[in-house]
Amino acid sequence: MVQTTFLQPASWPEALEARAANPDAVPVAGGTDVLVEVNFGRLHPSGLLDLGRVRELRTWGREKGRVRVGAGVTYSELITQLRGDLPALATAARTVGSPPIRNRGTLGGNLGTASPAGDCHPVLLACGAEVEVASSRVSRTVPADEFFVGPKRNALGADELISGVWIPRATGPQSFSKVGTRNAMVIAVCSLALALHPDSGRVGTGIGSAGPVPLRAREAEAFLEGHLAERGAWESKRPLEEAVVDRFAELVSQAAAPIDDVRGSLRYRRHALRVLARRSLGWCWNDYREAAR
Amino acid sequence: MKVSLTVNGARRTVDDAGESETLLQVLRDHLGLTGTKNACEQGECGSCTVYLDGTLVCSCLVLAGQADGAEVTTVEGLSAAGAAAVQEAFVEAGAVQCGFCTPGLVMAAHDLLAHNPDPGDDDIREALAGNLCRCTGYQKIVDAVHRAASPTTTP
Repeated sequence: MVQTTFLQPASWPEALEARAANPDAVPVAGGTDVLVEVNFGRLHPSGLLDLGRVRELRTWGREKGRVRVGAGVTYSELITQLRGDLPALATAARTVGSPPIRNRGTLGGNLGTASPAGDCHPVLLACGAEVEVASSRVSRTVPADEFFVGPKRNALGADELISGVWIPRATGPQSFSKVGTRNAMVIAVCSLALALHPDSGRVGTGIGSAGPVPLRAREAEAFLEGHLAERGAWESKRPLEEAVVDRFAELVSQAAAPIDDVRGSLRYRRHALRVLARRSLGWCWNDYREAAR
Repeated sequence: MKVSLTVNGARRTVDDAGESETLLQVLRDHLGLTGTKNACEQGECGSCTVYLDGTLVCSCLVLAGQADGAEVTTVEGLSAAGAAAVQEAFVEAGAVQCGFCTPGLVMAAHDLLAHNPDPGDDDIREALAGNLCRCTGYQKIVDAVHRAASPTTTP
């Protein structure tokens, strides 16, 4: 049996030193993913690097048009503290697990696990977030859509830790929706985040649990951006034609790369994403029109 | 490894906790507090729910070392903390059958009522979503939380 070392840095510099000195140690934030693996004997780490005492990771703050959310901010805090600035992220956080899970699980932990089904990921893609990572030598930011490199694999180096996430504050309506077998305690069969950015004329999307990594529906974004600009729809706030909504939904569905697995079939996921896309665009565009009145 | 924590108001020290052991194992196996139940070990069932520094958590997903220095309240400590109303309401409403899920549900209900003294059905179902009960079908549990919220009301 492997003897596990328990490491508990008290500050961010100490955490980065511990990471550099123990590259095989598994970082633990809230523990809601890592402990499942440990409890079931699927993970026998040589070390556990507890980040729970690193106060720097627990903070968040606004800077110009963005919010910097520390990696150790919990889902519960996203819901109660950041709902106004980051509405889709707060909604996604509210669909994670149960209250005790949301009290411990963190945004950084979600990114560290990098599950294709992670609930925050589609929102980070739709909002154009950047992940801030650091080693004891250097810190850098990685665009969210480059951070996920495979199922449960991310762009983090062996000596790096996630320090926070930079997320543009909402300037228009956003939504996050998720399909599952019940209304709580569920891993997504598929999910979709949509963010409208009326200030820049941009449309952001993020598809979850329907590909090896969370995906943007780039063609759907470009189609809708083009349509809204061409028709002057951001200014006129006219209703969207059914054909436009249908085309957007079709492009979202086509952007997914789902598989058949225990939670759902490929065909079902494509169908559900088409439905989620149609509804999400309906909700968001309606909110945009209502807000203007 | 050595872990010191305050459990239900009493200072406790465990000298031989494993580095990858959980708070749940510390409570049950090292301290003999078996009111907190062990079922799924993956945060799905809620039977191991406790307060960790006042926050509701699944103790199976907290490392022993993460709880070092913390204040923990288990179901055994709730009555002293004034939660008898929740426990009595569960008994009176018939919300207890086999009883295995009850400690976790009582903890979650206590936390809900601390934040929301008059919850609606939807609030109750969202707050208790992480606690599985295979006996009751949940309606009696929802009734119990309503009863605990207004203990003076007699049906």
